[in-house]
This record gives sequence, structure tokens and C-alpha cells, in this order.
Amino acid sequence: MSAASAAVAGRSAGAGARKPRRRGAGWLGFTPFAAYTLVFMAVPTVLAVWGGVTAEDGSFTLANFSAFGDRSILKAFENSIVLSLAVAVASAILGAILCVMLLAAKPNGILRVVVDAASSVLAQFGGVMLAFAFIATMGSSGMFTLWLQSTFHVDLNSLAPDKTAGPLLYQPAGMFFPYLYFSIPLMIIAFMPAVEGLRPQWGEAVATLGGGRFSYWRHVGAPVLAPSFFGAMILIFASAFSSFATAAALTNSGILIPVVMQQDLSSETASGVTNIPGVLAIGMIVIMAIVMWAYSVLQRRAARWQR
Amino acid sequence: MSRRGSARVGAAPGRATATVVLVIAGLAFLYPLYALAAFAFQPVGQHSGFTLQHLKALTDPVRAYQYDQLWEGIQNSLVIALVTVLLMLVFLLPAMILAELRYRRVRQAIEFVCLLPISIPTVVLAVGFIPVYQVMWQATGSVAWILAFAIGIISLPYAFRPIQSNMAGVDMVTLQEAARSLGAGWFQTVWSVILPNLRRGILSSALLTVSVVLGEYTIASFLQQNTFQTGLALLEHADPYVASTFALAALLFVFIILVLIGAAGTIRRNRKVSTWSPSTATLPPVR
Amino acid sequence: MVAIDSNASAGSLTVTGTSVELVDVVKTYSGHAALSGLDLKVEPGEFVALLGPSGCGKTTALRALSGLEGIDSGSIRIGGVDVVDVPVNRRDIGMVFQSYSLFPHMTAQQNVEFGLRMRKVPAQQRRARASEALELVGLGHLSGRYAHELSGGQQQRVALARALVTRPRVLLLDEPLSALDAKVRVQLREEIRRLQQELGITTIFVTHDQEEALAVADRVAVMNAGDIEQIGTPEELYLAPRTPFVADFVGLSNKLGGTLVGGVVTVYGQPLNVLGEAPEDGPVTAYVRPEDVIITTDAGLPATVVSTSFLGSLRRTFVRLADDTVVAVQHDVSDRPEPGQQVALRFKGRPVAVTRQG
Repeated sequence: MSAASAAVAGRSAGAGARKPRRRGAGWLGFTPFAAYTLVFMAVPTVLAVWGGVTAEDGSFTLANFSAFGDRSILKAFENSIVLSLAVAVASAILGAILCVMLLAAKPNGILRVVVDAASSVLAQFGGVMLAFAFIATMGSSGMFTLWLQSTFHVDLNSLAPDKTAGPLLYQPAGMFFPYLYFSIPLMIIAFMPAVEGLRPQWGEAVATLGGGRFSYWRHVGAPVLAPSFFGAMILIFASAFSSFATAAALTNSGILIPVVMQQDLSSETASGVTNIPGVLAIGMIVIMAIVMWAYSVLQRRAARWQR
Repeated sequence: MSRRGSARVGAAPGRATATVVLVIAGLAFLYPLYALAAFAFQPVGQHSGFTLQHLKALTDPVRAYQYDQLWEGIQNSLVIALVTVLLMLVFLLPAMILAELRYRRVRQAIEFVCLLPISIPTVVLAVGFIPVYQVMWQATGSVAWILAFAIGIISLPYAFRPIQSNMAGVDMVTLQEAARSLGAGWFQTVWSVILPNLRRGILSSALLTVSVVLGEYTIASFLQQNTFQTGLALLEHADPYVASTFALAALLFVFIILVLIGAAGTIRRNRKVSTWSPSTATLPPVR
Repeated sequence: MVAIDSNASAGSLTVTGTSVELVDVVKTYSGHAALSGLDLKVEPGEFVALLGPSGCGKTTALRALSGLEGIDSGSIRIGGVDVVDVPVNRRDIGMVFQSYSLFPHMTAQQNVEFGLRMRKVPAQQRRARASEALELVGLGHLSGRYAHELSGGQQQRVALARALVTRPRVLLLDEPLSALDAKVRVQLREEIRRLQQELGITTIFVTHDQEEALAVADRVAVMNAGDIEQIGTPEELYLAPRTPFVADFVGLSNKLGGTLVGGVVTVYGQPLNVLGEAPEDGPVTAYVRPEDVIITTDAGLPATVVSTSFLGSLRRTFVRLADDTVVAVQHDVSDRPEPGQQVALRFKGRPVAVTRQG
């Protein structure tokens, strides 16, 4: 027996070579991971929420919830929800179409590798860099803006729903486009495995049983994909809803709730007091919880025929 | 050659339709990147043309002060990336191996914890990090690398998935039993049998973690630290051209990393050695 | 579509058989010929198995017949009518796939009803006929199960019921048993055979398992390189293979060197008649069945027993000749040669297939 295994056999954690062992000791191996996630995931979440239900002096209060009576905060919540919803629906539909089209490419071919990688990059490509690209595209002197102007004499910014809120790109309606830009790739990443899971035999079975392509999509394709489709859509909603960097890089005004949170943070006088951001965090968590609950209901409905 | 009687069935679209749709989509996605690239090399104040003058400005000692913060941000981000990868290796990997080999019921709990950051908005975590970091910075001073602990949390889903798929592809329990039946101890088993078989998963996991760290903006911004992304955002006002160049370069860098991961996974799959894929499937972006 | 009595017996699924004919069918995939002028005629109500190694074109032939695959040239006739330009969903065929073909989001009952739904059969009749088809394959009690709640064998039974319920003119089976356990495989193949005979439906069965093909089919077509090498009853193929490929593929053969002179091959000193047309005189390989070799203890070819294995009703023994050739011998279980034992071999003298050597 080697020195290493002899040394290990002496420790309780090294049990396993022989049958009987003390079950307890091995569990200690999880301590670092548990401690890390406790301190840096559980504690911050609790602290954020705690900040929402305490007063500046640290005593418990529900007074902070009056923030939800503030019209600009309500508007920011509404903007965030409407934007995320629109982005989720549009990206889910467009992304799903692209996924189906990608079935025409060879599963391990170069196109699929490139699309996979590009989707991962673009789905990660939120924030500052994405904002730059869209400023260069549809900002006041962006390439697309100028092209529209010279070719069709149309001012992109005149299309903005709110004429008083500045250029289109800095309003929720304009942010729809950069949000789509990272959400469609996310849809491809999340939904492609489900589309690939459609077995060719199902299509062949439909055909030999007398059904056409439309029957296939109506009776097999759509119902089989539905749970993954709505699951991916909810994922996109969550990701768009919590997205901060893109909005922050485009605008300083608190039109979306994550931006409002940061503004309130930097305006809090006493450092480390996070009452208003805390109560907004509670609002976000509640909305996310509702979304996740909807997701689990959906999954349960499909569970009967899924493994 | 004339084909008779063949009909398309099932989900696969026609080649022509697919080509047209995919080409249009590809162009639509390339357009903003093209606009960004065109802007990065445009002469100041013009809307067309090509110049390298902005790159030259980078080396101009007179203007160096403009870029100081970005260089420092890049340095910080690289250090944070390194530390975050180390944290994953120290905290996450041993827990995953232990759960896979001995406490298989814990696997679900680990998966749950690792995917949890997806459903907690990063801004919420960031608000909570503020008091935590106030305590930590009292001990260490305001150093950037400690951000790795916070960013590590939002990288968890990305660090977790590739290792998990790798583990699913190789039968770790059998490998372990084989190694032990051949006389290897616990440590030898992990070191010379388990880890070599997880090499690809660990590598993908580390590379994805690096790409998350390089793209991270929210936490650095909330904690008022200087990283690559906050540096870029600041530079946007002083020199948007150079900022755009850096944004493009970072994108290209991450794209190449991911193509490499994808190609490695594909080659492996083609060789039928194992079936794991390093895709980040079902993960939303960190933003 | 003929409406049927809702309390009909299993007999209501019986059909009048339809003939199927493939004439000079050619199909190439990027230069490689998958079918090179295939001719096949299947009589009404007949059960034909297409047998061959992977890549021999048997599945392509089936898929061309079903309409899932187009062809380059030739003609495909069902009931005497050319169907090449009829799309798959109107060819009125039933098909069972290798596996995974049940719709996962439908119960067994809904799966079986699907083809009737496509034919706009009213709901009540649909239910009755689907239940009847499920009863027929012995799964009436599992009609509410989803695919993942059924075993592999049960899934294939549902697939069979689904293919039969529309009373198609032809039933096509594409390696339906290959994903199943050995025991289920044998059970199900016997059931397919029984059903086919009961219903009288023209059936084409693709398989790479020669034992399976010989066990179920009226006639077996052995395919090689996109064409049929030989078609005949299982007995004909086994006892009188016309080509070495068939001799090698159907059943087990010892490949022994011999010399051919005037239609008689001499193998280890013993003259044997040649099956079919003899090639040119010279050195040849003879295909000798294990049951055509006898182990004796007296005069004959000296050999040493290597190993012996018990196969239930018979015993197979491997012996080594002086030139190191290993020969398989099949014999009665009561004979028990010991490994290492010196024995002598003799050939029974049945005609053998031969190929030119080299």
C-alpha cells in the first residue's frame, strides 16, 4: 500500500476502502461550499430584504413600502414589466423560428458550432458593450438612423412614443431592440435542446398515419414543445427584468426599476443604509417569485407525459 | 438528378427557407456590430471614413491619463477573474465531486443552489453586498479582487453546468470503484482518475467564468469598484472611439473562447468518447 | 373509409391483401447507390422479410415504399397502381419504426386514435376502434399510459396497434424488434407473425437478424449492396443458398479451403457437390454448415477439441485441424467431447456453396 493511501486510510474522510465507516465525517467536505454560498448568497439576499423593512435607525418598519405609492417608482415598475414582457414574447417567437430553421443544418456542423458560440456571446453581451453597439446603430447619429434619414427621410426619433423623453433609444420602447439583441440568443440557447429533441420518427409516424406538415405541427410539434417554449419565455422575462447594465449604460434617468435602485442607493445619505433599494428589491423578488411560480405550475402540467 | 415521390415530413424546414431566414437573422445580428466597428474607426465628428488615429491616441503619453482608469479596470478584472476561477476550484468542484461519488442525494441540492442566482436578480444581490462588503473592506481596505467572492456567486450557474454535463458523461462512480478495486486510495482516485476525466468540464467552466467576470458590470457599479466594464462606461464620455474598440476586442475574445469550447465539445461528441456538451443550455445571461 | 360496427370483434381489422411491387428502383445518395435497380414482388397477404447487413439498402427500400424517401427512377406499385407520385400521407400504409415513435404527449389510446383522427373518423368510432386494436395487441388495460410509462415491448405493441388500426393496405416494419431484450424480441416476433396471418395483411419486415427473418417470414429477401441477392422461403435460403454471400449471411458456415474440379469440390480430401452454378476450376472456399460436419472417433480428418458449448437442444463444438483451421461442429447434446480430446471429422456430403479464392 502506498504512503498516500495509508495516510488517507488513517483519516475518517478516507473511509470507503473498507465497508463500515462513520457516515458523519464525509459531510464536512461540503462545509466550504456551504459557508461560501451562505455568506455570499443567502446573507446578501436577506440583508437586501432586511433593508427594506427597517428604518434608518435599524428598527423594524413597514414605512418604506410607501415607496410603492410614489408615481415614478410605480411607473418604473410598469416600464420594467411591460418591456420585459414584450421582449420575452417577441424573443420567444423569433428565437423559436430560428431554432426550427437551424434544424436544416447538420447537428455537429460548423454552422451549429458558430451559432452556439455566437448565441452564448450575444446572450452574455449585455450591458455597456451592447449599449455602445446600439448607440452606434440607432443613436442620434447612428448608422441606421442616418440611413433611414438619407434614404426615406424618416427621423427615427420622431417614432418614439414619448416625444418629451428624448431620443428613442433612451426610452423603454427603444430599449426593446437592444434587449431583443441579447434575448433572442438566450432563446436559442434555452430552446434549441427541446427542438433537437423532436424525433424524426414522430414526423414520419404522422405522415404514414395520413397527416400532413400542418397536422404534424398542430398535433405533435406544438404540444410537445409548448412546455419548453413557455419555460424559455419565462426565463427571458426574468433575465430582461433583472437586467441592469444595458439600461444603466444607456440612460441615467430612472425609467427602469434596477436603475432606480442604484440611483436611490447613491443618494442615500448614510452609507450602508439601503431602505428604499431594499424595499424595491422586495418588489423585484415578489415579481420573480410570481414568475417562478407560474413556471412551476407549467412544468407540473406537462409533467404527466414528461419524465 | 430528378427525385420522385419524396416529401418533407416532421419539423425540419426546407433548405431554401432555412437559408433565407438564417441569412436575414445573421445580417440583423451583425449589423449593430458592424455599426460599432465602423464607429470605432471613424474620424472624429464624421459619420463615415476610416482612421487609425484613435488607436494611436492610446499610446500618446499626453492623453495617457484618459486611459489610466480603463487599464486599471482591465487589470482588476483579470485579477478578479483569476481569483474567481480559484474560488470555483476550491469551493464548487470538491463539493460536486464529493456529492457525485459519495452523497448522491446532495447533488440536487447543489444544483439548486448553483442555479439559484438565475432567479435572484443581480441588483438585489448587489444591494445586499453593500453591507457585507463594508464589513470586509474594514479588514482589507478597498481592494478590487475581493469582488471575486460576489462575482463568483453570479458565475455559479456557468461554472456548474459544464462540470455537471462532464460528470453525466463519464460514469464517475464506476471509475471510482474501478480505481479503488485496483488499490488506489481516496486521494489517488480523485487526483489521477477523477480529475483527468473532468478536465474538459473544468476547463470550460473556468473559461465561462472568465467571460462572466469580464462582462460583469452591475456588482462593480453598485460597489463602486473599477473594473473593465465600469472603465469602459467611464471612457465612453472621454473617448467613445477607443471605448468601442475595446468593447469589440472583448467580444471577439469571448467569442473565440466559446467557439473553442464548442469545437472541442463537438469533436469529442463526434468521436463518441462521451456525450457531454459544454453548452450553457438554459442559462440566462449575467448582467 | 368503411365505417365499422362499434362492437366489432378483432376480425374487423382483417383486410384483403394487396400486392406490392418494386420495379428497377434506383436511389443514390451523393454518388453512393443505396438501391441499384431493385426488383421485388410481394403477393397479396404475403409476409416478406428484407434481410441484410447495415447499409445494404433494406431500410431505404422500405422507406421508398412508404414514400418517406424519394427515388431516382423505377416504379413502385401498390395493388397494381404506381404510387411514386403519391405522397406518404396518402399511400395508405401502416409503419412501425425501430423505436421512440410514439407521440410522448399522448396516451396509448390517443396514439392509436391518431391515424383515425387524420381520417376524420367520428370520435366515438375512433375510441371503439382504437380500444379494439389495443385489445388485439394485448394492451387494452394500459390504454391510459403515456409512452414513458410503458416498457419497450409494450411501446412497440402500441405502435403496431397504431399502424394497424387504420386498416392500411400494407404493413411496413422497420427493425421493430432491434431495440428490445432478447426474450421480448422472440415473444413479439411470434405475435407479429400470428397477427399478420390472422389479419391477412401484406407485410414487409426489415431486419438484420437472420434468425428473426427466417422465423417470421413467408419469404426472405437477402439484400446486398442495394440489390436482392436471393429471395426464397427460409428453407430454400438455408439449404440452398445460391451465392456465397447468402451462405455466409444466413446461418453459420465454416469457410474451408478446397479445390474445384468439374463441379466437385474436394475439401480436406473429401469430395462434395457444389450448390448452384460452379465457378471456374481451381482453389475455392467452401461454405460448410456446422450440422454438416460429424465428429467420429474412427477414420476421418484428425482434429483436436478446443471447446464445446451447450445450446439447449444441441451442442456446438469447436475443433482445431492439423493446419490450425478451427471448425464448428453441431451435434447432439448427449455427445460430450472433452477439450483436448483427439477426434476425427467427416462431412455429411450435402452440397455446399463455394467462392473462388483470392
